[in-house]
Amino acid sequence: MASTIAADQSTRRDFLYIATGAVAAVGVAGAAWPLIDQMNPSASVLALSSTEIDISSIQEGQQIVAMWQSKPVFIRKRTAKEIAEAKAVPVASLPDPLARNANLPDSAPATDANREIKPEWLVVVGICTHLGCIPLFGEGDYGGYLCPCHGSQYDTAGRIRRGPAPQNLPIPPYAFEGATKIKIG
Amino acid sequence: MSGPSTYTPSNGFTRWLDSRLPLLRFMNDTMVTFPTPRNLNVWYTFGGILTFCLAVQIVTGVVLAMHFTPTAAGAFDSVENIMRDVNYGWLIRYVHANGASMFFLAVYIHMFRGLYYGSYKAPREVLWILGVIIYLLMMATAFFGYVLPWGQMSFWGATVITNLFSSLDQVVPHMGTAIAHWLWGGFAVGDPTLNRFFSLHYLLPFVIAAVVGLHIWALHVPGNNNPLGIDVKGPQDTLPFHPYYTVKDAFYMVLFAMLFAVLVFYAPNFVGNPDNYTPANPLATPAHIVPEWYLLPYYAMLRAVPQKLLGVLVLFGAIATLVFIPWLDTSKVRSLRYRPMLKPFFWVLFFDCILLGYLGSQEPQATTNVFGLELSDLLLARIGAIYYYAFFWICLPVIGLIEKPKPLPQSIAQAVLGSHAAAAAE
Repeated sequence: MASTIAADQSTRRDFLYIATGAVAAVGVAGAAWPLIDQMNPSASVLALSSTEIDISSIQEGQQIVAMWQSKPVFIRKRTAKEIAEAKAVPVASLPDPLARNANLPDSAPATDANREIKPEWLVVVGICTHLGCIPLFGEGDYGGYLCPCHGSQYDTAGRIRRGPAPQNLPIPPYAFEGATKIKIG
Repeated sequence: MSGPSTYTPSNGFTRWLDSRLPLLRFMNDTMVTFPTPRNLNVWYTFGGILTFCLAVQIVTGVVLAMHFTPTAAGAFDSVENIMRDVNYGWLIRYVHANGASMFFLAVYIHMFRGLYYGSYKAPREVLWILGVIIYLLMMATAFFGYVLPWGQMSFWGATVITNLFSSLDQVVPHMGTAIAHWLWGGFAVGDPTLNRFFSLHYLLPFVIAAVVGLHIWALHVPGNNNPLGIDVKGPQDTLPFHPYYTVKDAFYMVLFAMLFAVLVFYAPNFVGNPDNYTPANPLATPAHIVPEWYLLPYYAMLRAVPQKLLGVLVLFGAIATLVFIPWLDTSKVRSLRYRPMLKPFFWVLFFDCILLGYLGSQEPQATTNVFGLELSDLLLARIGAIYYYAFFWICLPVIGLIEKPKPLPQSIAQAVLGSHAAAAAE
């Protein structure tokens, strides 16, 4: 009756140990996932994904701030001088050479033309790409924006020019709806 | 060090209990007869003071939670309601808010004391690391708590700190942003963020209490270090914890409570930021964002680095460095009293931390006049950050190897009582 098993031979018991351990590991992971995922944006937060803005009252040289997905979006009607300044900058001299435009492919270069749909309208998410402060309109050495927190400076196309921020201000997905409205999201 | 228990149950009930749950024996051995070095000075009373601080924060915090509303719409008003309408609400909230500052003041003294007397060295490495964990938990708890009143500094402080994680976008694209959205429960700091921060702010103090239990356990295995940094050699070197140190701790706790009371009753907003009495506004960043004073040195280091990810790494690295101190210090001698070469570097580190704290409180483009020279704060912060790292990663290992320590005393008893009396005590 008594049979010996060689030390290097796996047994039915080894198989049961490993199978039980594997089921326990999957079970723990499966139980942990809902506890982790509940912290992600909920369905009600995700539902507020687009917004329409009336832009007919904005004068040249002004901007308004709209809320989209609880983020501020700058809608700025640029002056001819501001457009010319932004166009004059060679892309090679920019800290971030990518357009960061959700309406274009990821690889699009950060030319001024790639930063707008219509040249006079700059539409950017108004959150500094460093640590999330709201940059101030029309300040800094480049006439675009200055972040009050850590001194990042953006030009009139919302591109980072100096300071710790790593990226240009992102451009949200948006489209013009007639002459007086834009839809963000 | 604790040795065999000297507890003898005095009556039938305690004998009955002792054989079932030796709780009274445990309390007697750890808080009454526990042999403690006879030369502990004032700086050793801060462990007890910190326990007192934790208790104050938990008691006042539980009470405040009875009146607080953790929603973006209601939080600010509920805090004002506590301040104006709740009976003694102003007192309880001011004690809680200033209690955080007193807690950090005490923990910084406790940490510098540990550094000065080499309390992190073998056999107390685990004790030290548990302390670093408590310090990390304290910073997280304080951060969550500061967000709850939902003022401008609450909101923008939360925004800046949670955005530290978005720097991970530079490691794996979109990963940092995904983590930030996960922390926020949305696309920006908002209602879900406030609600979960409240939940965690209530939870973490109890986690701290648990780790404090481990910290004290790890303390009671080797016993206290002492200002001489030499081991206890026998009973002549120690005193029972009670009454000698219960009374000493209590005395300094009273002095500490007096300072606490001055802050609460005469300058309750001294350490606060006036911007936090403005309700949170997601569309306007205050002109000048600063964290609470106890986080300023790290904030200065973050800002000293022009690259986002590196800045974040320098910040977290400064805290992580503390874990490695027991192995970075190569000297066998614990107390700086007998380490003439390291001692001046320690004091430079002390003032370096104060300098970094000052720089963290200044505006990003500011300059400071140093002996008639107008230096940019950025330059000073870089020098300060480099020294901070250099002290731990260069001074500690190198000086330990080349330094000639002063002769150590024979024993604690001999150093304290003189060799004659020590012999008599033996």
